[in-house]
Amino acid sequence: MKYVDEFRDPELIARAAQEIARTAEPSRHYRIMEVCGGHTHAIYRHGLRDVLPENIELVHGPGCPVCVLPTGRVDDGLAIAQHPGAILTCFGDMLRVPGTKGTPLELKARGADIRMVYSPLDALRLAVDNPKRHVCFFAIGFETTAPSTALTLLRAQELGLRNFSVFCNHVTIVPAMRAILDSPGMRIDGFVGPGHVSSITGCRPYEFVARDYGKPVAVAGFEPLDILEAIIMVLRQLRAGEAKVENQYRRIVPWEGNPVALRAMARVFELRPYFEWRGLGFISQSALKLNASFAQWDAEVQFELPGIRVTDPKAAQCGEVLKGVLKPHQCKLFAKECNPEHPIGALMVSSEGACAAYYRYAHRGDPVSA
Amino acid sequence: MCLAIPGQVVNIVPEQPLLAKVDVGGVRRNVNVGLLEDAAVQPGDWVLIHVGFALSKIGEEEARDQLRMLRAMGEDELAMEEVRGYRFSEEGDPG
Ligand code: SF4
Repeated sequence: MKYVDEFRDPELIARAAQEIARTAEPSRHYRIMEVCGGHTHAIYRHGLRDVLPENIELVHGPGCPVCVLPTGRVDDGLAIAQHPGAILTCFGDMLRVPGTKGTPLELKARGADIRMVYSPLDALRLAVDNPKRHVCFFAIGFETTAPSTALTLLRAQELGLRNFSVFCNHVTIVPAMRAILDSPGMRIDGFVGPGHVSSITGCRPYEFVARDYGKPVAVAGFEPLDILEAIIMVLRQLRAGEAKVENQYRRIVPWEGNPVALRAMARVFELRPYFEWRGLGFISQSALKLNASFAQWDAEVQFELPGIRVTDPKAAQCGEVLKGVLKPHQCKLFAKECNPEHPIGALMVSSEGACAAYYRYAHRGDPVSA
Repeated sequence: MCLAIPGQVVNIVPEQPLLAKVDVGGVRRNVNVGLLEDAAVQPGDWVLIHVGFALSKIGEEEARDQLRMLRAMGEDELAMEEVRGYRFSEEGDPG
């Protein structure tokens, strides 16, 4: 309860917690997956585990874009940085993600020109300012971030910029949810749906979860009360034997999504036939690439990339944690070989990564039940 | 990177209708408003900012709550750093 006291409304939190306890059937064990890494982070940071009854288990989903990127793609991005005259730009989260030959930060220390940017527009700016260099943007992210990359590319096209490219690693959340639902032995009773992703995609894309799999979905915001309310929505549906998509985050998420963003994405991207996700393997139509009319700005067209698959170190259990099969502290390397100072897996790097969030907020040196 | 930060629109950048100057806890930066449907943001509006773009408009109360929360959780510095970091928003902007 440590963090919960800091909220403006501890009373509301307590009331929501009571409602959860009332709605959940005591004889039943519930597994509810929060799909989005932002939710995972919020759950640990606010200590929400502590206000839930024991029979409600929150399962962390694959919604952290840094975490699901397989090592081979990190290597491909870093190969771009080795080209003479190239500047590789990426978000801060990527800098400490290990590739086979080291992290971007380590490669930078060895002389590669790798720079952190806060926005894809910063990368574009760098290209305008350095006409003799080639600036590549290492794009990652779900539908929250993909529209920003799309608008940046449209702007590059408008400017006729020749020394700019995007190494596109944008992924889409819905096929990953389907993969999890299809994976054998995976029992999830319902989903807390991603908030900001849904502000772009809307709620419709989750309808199949309710229709085809009979599982409730509640799209949620990121405040503690939002997450608790979404859990109540899921529990109420389960209790009533219903399955539908509900929108707890109506103040930000329009049911139909953001048409401007969706149009920009449609102009720039197309679906890849398949894409490899760390821990989940190859998932068809689960990622975006630039379409042919943007080939000129597509790093995968402009550069020769190794494209080699790399398996994770044996002892690292990132895959199991990403699928929600293991909790972070159940990984053999957790807080030992793998820690925020020396991350072995990406889940320990990004603040949305389950391992980093768990380490930072829930880990007190001893094994904790979660 | 998945941080979404609330900010208040100060003004639309002259001759760059897709850029708005936004105030985030006292730090002022340009952000791109090209993703907002009726791109008509007005000075005084609150927006949710993600990687240099306004993701959506939000209510004032919600925005203030979120800022308070960022502060309570000690994450406001991170948010400020991100907003301060938007290089594209300097003079002679290509964005
Ligand atoms: S502790 Fe490290 S190695 Fe283990 S799952 Fe987490 S990130 Fe991967």
